[in-house]
Amino acid sequence: MNGAKKILGVFSLLLVTCVATSALSPYFLTAYNLENLLRRTSLFGVISIGAAFVIIVGGIDLSIGSVVALVGCLLPWLLVEHGVSIWLAVPGVLGVGLVLGLCHGLLVQRLRLQPFIVTLCGLLIYRGLARGITGDQTVGFQNEFKGIRSLVKTRFPVPGLEDFAIPSTLVILLVVSFLSIFFLRFTVWGRHLLATGRNESAARHGGIRTDRYVVLAYVICAGLAGFGGMLFILDVGSAQPADFGNFYELFAIAAAVLGGCSLRGGEGSVVGVVIGAALMQVLQNAITLIDWIPDNIQYAVIGAVIIVGAISDEGFRRIVSRRRLRSR
Amino acid sequence: MILQARNIVKRFPGVLALDGVDLDVSAGEILAVVGENGAGKSTLMKVLAGDLQPDEGELLLDGVPLRLRSPRDAMLAGISLIHQELSLADNLDVGANILLGREPRSGPFLRRETARVEARAALKAAGLDIDPDVSVAELGMGSRQLVEIAKALSTKARVLIMDEPTSSLTAVEANRLFETIERLRDHGTAIIYISHRLGEIERLADRVEVLRDGSHVGSLVGSEITQDAIVERMVGRGLDRDRGLRSDVEVDVATKTPMLEVHGLRTARFPDISIDLVVHRGEIVAMAGLVGAGRTELLRAIFGIDRPIAGSILVAGEEVRGRHPADAAASGIAFVPEDRKADGLLLEESIGENMTLPSLSVHATGGVLRHRRRERRAAAELIHQMDVRPADRNLVAGGLSGGNQQKVAVGRWVGCEPRVFLLDEPTRGVDVAAKAEIHLLLDRLARGGAAILAASSEMEELLAVSDRVIVMHEGRIAGDLARQEASEAAIMRLATGGDREGATSR
Repeated sequence: MNGAKKILGVFSLLLVTCVATSALSPYFLTAYNLENLLRRTSLFGVISIGAAFVIIVGGIDLSIGSVVALVGCLLPWLLVEHGVSIWLAVPGVLGVGLVLGLCHGLLVQRLRLQPFIVTLCGLLIYRGLARGITGDQTVGFQNEFKGIRSLVKTRFPVPGLEDFAIPSTLVILLVVSFLSIFFLRFTVWGRHLLATGRNESAARHGGIRTDRYVVLAYVICAGLAGFGGMLFILDVGSAQPADFGNFYELFAIAAAVLGGCSLRGGEGSVVGVVIGAALMQVLQNAITLIDWIPDNIQYAVIGAVIIVGAISDEGFRRIVSRRRLRSR
Repeated sequence: MILQARNIVKRFPGVLALDGVDLDVSAGEILAVVGENGAGKSTLMKVLAGDLQPDEGELLLDGVPLRLRSPRDAMLAGISLIHQELSLADNLDVGANILLGREPRSGPFLRRETARVEARAALKAAGLDIDPDVSVAELGMGSRQLVEIAKALSTKARVLIMDEPTSSLTAVEANRLFETIERLRDHGTAIIYISHRLGEIERLADRVEVLRDGSHVGSLVGSEITQDAIVERMVGRGLDRDRGLRSDVEVDVATKTPMLEVHGLRTARFPDISIDLVVHRGEIVAMAGLVGAGRTELLRAIFGIDRPIAGSILVAGEEVRGRHPADAAASGIAFVPEDRKADGLLLEESIGENMTLPSLSVHATGGVLRHRRRERRAAAELIHQMDVRPADRNLVAGGLSGGNQQKVAVGRWVGCEPRVFLLDEPTRGVDVAAKAEIHLLLDRLARGGAAILAASSEMEELLAVSDRVIVMHEGRIAGDLARQEASEAAIMRLATGGDREGATSR
């Protein structure tokens, strides 16, 4: 019930931003811009869903951007500089993401380290590794590997619309979302994971292997960050290890929180998170398109919108609970 | 008389904790206050120390009415309560702890030399010969207790209230504490001493006041103070009340099949004590004992919440493999923890979601795919079976009364059809009607073939609902009483460290 209200809230915020932007800039509703927005939203949607899993179990993952950088740089570095076969390189870099997630999960669960510390160190270590391995040089596909890049570059034309086509990344996001929703809402495991986030002690006393679900959430998060890293590099073609994926963890966490995940854990919906990711992209797009907002205050605007959203959410909840008290 | 309490009444939601209690204490006297768990001792002490405001009644200090709005008021009036859990900041040194919040200052600056002198004087009065610069972290529990006393003395306390001061002390440390207490009495301090250990009371007390169910039920003075006399006053005359619920159940364990067997179990809290126990099919075993006797630790270890150091657990003759609660649950053990709000329920979620949580895979297709219709049906069935009110599975569990929450906490396991139920204080904080319903429920589960092991601090419950009572004392099983042997006096004697026959050991 509450979840549906939150989704409605972030969806209206998205709608308002879209309407305002289209009123202020004629470019917003062009086919090219919309298609681009969809592609970016899809890529960020994938890593935001990962962040949501960790937040649902009451944790946090600050290393998402660095995992994106590490995986995103390793892939062209392996393929181009070392001539590794695609069939080895792709599973290899995706495996890196999963293994890093496993490390995070075990450090948090077994050694009882704080997730903030573990993944903050991850943020620093993987960024350093990405820069060290590549010698801090730009890596890229150099116009080759068209086959695998078509994974994100394919456009599915829509009959009747000339310039607009559906980007293949949207299909990928839909598949990831569908699998996540299926897992969270339709399997016993998903219910156990949500219960673990809601009250780990009560879940454990209920005979649930809470430790495994916490580890699983970190594996899913870093795994999706790695997968996202691969998609990002396939999309843009080349990357500088020093700044590729910078701040992506914050976009992902912001999208998850906007989409209704509580940092206290136990709450979150995939649909909300995807809408949250879209809102983040539309905001960035709006700042670029609207002339009188200088591009360099981008982060300030995004931060302001999120805090206003959080305040109104909290304010709304207080009004509701006060009314409920009074009616008693 | 320094301090008098007149007709103190204190109500908590659903409970009358103090029902018109009188108490007074004079200078140079050690007054012991005793009673079973829940008799109202702690509540009364909190009233005396300003932690709680009484609903009725008054306090008099030197015959003058006194209103205490906070512990600070009490401190200024010269009344100091030393809590069971010590409240020292172990990152600070001893001197800083003694003078915490009352540091001698000139302007914003601490007057270190004055502080040292004051702290040293207080330590000397408490009989502790250490330097105020020593860090509290380096001290043992006994010395910490004396630092607490020094802290109280430095506030010029004339009335010193001590709640279970020896619960974590060794015998040597306790003896040193007793010497200090006696010396303080001889210097004119009034001391109110609360303990479950009747041997200590026999040694120390000049007078004993006994509480039961929130009322004052007796006094003992001087040579009347013996352990047996105290036990007799604590349990009262109304021994052996109605035991209807289980009276038709065969108690001869020899003819029964063991359902839960615990062999050589050792917990981290009591590493040197090895526990063996058996609960049979259809049997309700109650576990008695004072707070801290190790009942909760034992239940948690059996279920795997805390990893036991050693030992094996068998359900229906088969060993439980693995040490995770999930392994215990898979073997057919259910656990209803003491703190249902923190450990038992997802308070923000619906009754239905709570009811089906442990049994989700039972309802699911292939054990994994959730089957909402079956879950709803199961939840509705359990709500009906447990008689949860209101019987609406969509309501949030946190909105239910304590008794109904407890029914959900028990009911969520019933869907798994467990063979062993472990319950920790199943009726704590539950009103009388719900209590009776939960008792009936336990009876029904046992008659259905489950083995039930329930820790309880309530005598009436222990006697009314059980076939057998296991009494724990300081981590070990002090006695195992069949229904016809179990009486309040026998249980209390074993729980306070005496032996079965009534002659109490020293």
